[in-house]
Amino acid sequence: MSLSREQLAMRVARELQDGYYVNLGIGIPTLVANYVPEGMEVMLQSENGLLGMGPFPTDDQVDADMINAGKQTVTAITGASIFSSAESFAMIRGGHVDLTVLGAFEVDVQGNIASYMIPGKLIKGMGGAMDLVAGADNIIVTMTHASKHGESKLLPQCTLPLTGAGCIKKVVTDLAYVEIADGKFWLKERAPGISVDEIVQKTAGELVVPEVVPEMEF
Amino acid sequence: MSGFDKVVGSYEEAMAGLEDGMTIIAGGFGLCGIPENLINEIKHKGTRELTIVSNNCGVDGFGLGVLLEDRQIKKMVSSYVGENKLFEEQLLAGDLEVELTPQGTLAEKMRAGGAGIPAFYTATGYGTEVGKGKDVKEFNGRKYILEESITGDFAIVKAWKADRYGNLVFRHTAQNFNPMAATAGKITVVEVEEIVEPGELEPTQIHTPGIYVNRLIKGTFEKRIEQRTVREA
Repeated sequence: MSLSREQLAMRVARELQDGYYVNLGIGIPTLVANYVPEGMEVMLQSENGLLGMGPFPTDDQVDADMINAGKQTVTAITGASIFSSAESFAMIRGGHVDLTVLGAFEVDVQGNIASYMIPGKLIKGMGGAMDLVAGADNIIVTMTHASKHGESKLLPQCTLPLTGAGCIKKVVTDLAYVEIADGKFWLKERAPGISVDEIVQKTAGELVVPEVVPEMEF
Repeated sequence: MSGFDKVVGSYEEAMAGLEDGMTIIAGGFGLCGIPENLINEIKHKGTRELTIVSNNCGVDGFGLGVLLEDRQIKKMVSSYVGENKLFEEQLLAGDLEVELTPQGTLAEKMRAGGAGIPAFYTATGYGTEVGKGKDVKEFNGRKYILEESITGDFAIVKAWKADRYGNLVFRHTAQNFNPMAATAGKITVVEVEEIVEPGELEPTQIHTPGIYVNRLIKGTFEKRIEQRTVREA
């Protein structure tokens, strides 16, 4: 079975380490916050100027001056700090954020990522995504391996306008965990019950398959 | 006004001198920390052909979205837009120009503009549409693009508290782009929820020093919420 959204988030959460400052994008990446391993502390960065983002507020805690980068009302955890957008992007662009998790439409064997332009729709903008992919060393992309029509999203070359060039090294899809190096995809893990053949068939870019591909466990 | 007292008596006075074709830098992220009354004053004034530098463009009927109603905006410089139907319509009709700018680059363009730095190199946008036509330089084996900073004829800012000298304190994430916007206007206009006497704000806790502020006014704010998300108590 391909991974559910929750399982994708659980797999990504295994890349967390105690003391990490983490920026989570909108969608599946946001769910990663629900699977921080027991006894581990991570601090979530929201690029509108909040380090130490907490859960959504209860009804009586709602404050119009307290939002996240998705413009949702949020709270701050004990030990949080709040600052300007320039300060926030100094953290991001200066490489101080330990892990960035974001979604994408396409990635390719060169580590290019396309994530801000939805095909056939009005371009709304890249928000902070271009800064995040350019500034972070440790980035995990989460997405489905192929489109609903079965077209691969792991390509020899991205077809959509890029968010960043040569910056992606790790991709967790609903079928596999894949790394990118030396102009190739490297298959590292497969989703439970998913065959290597299916992954190969749904990966358009060159994929290196080792003798043994371990199955993810949940 | 006398000496360092920046307080003005009316919104009309606050936005005096704004003319057609000018560039305005606005603070705010989504609808959080936006100078909503100063925006309404611009609508009331009817100034046209404006270039507005702001992370977003409000929503239909609130924030910068109200300036679309009478087509007062010629160009937006933003990182994320299109939460409003009117915006989409005017963009598709070619009545509105948009310069999409990565959020961190936008913040830095304002910061640098206010600090007298005309341009800076950044890795953000290299190899993308944003980097097209821009000067590229390699530092320590990595490629960067040259981005020019931004200054405005006016900057419009929303803060929480100010003293009469224009020293500003922001509240929570309503800070966002406001401190950078405050530095980047030839005329910086700030509206706040509360004005106190000099000395009442702790000097070490001031986010924006009054030197950047030209005009100050106390307003009342709706503070509309764009995405109200709650959990069970």
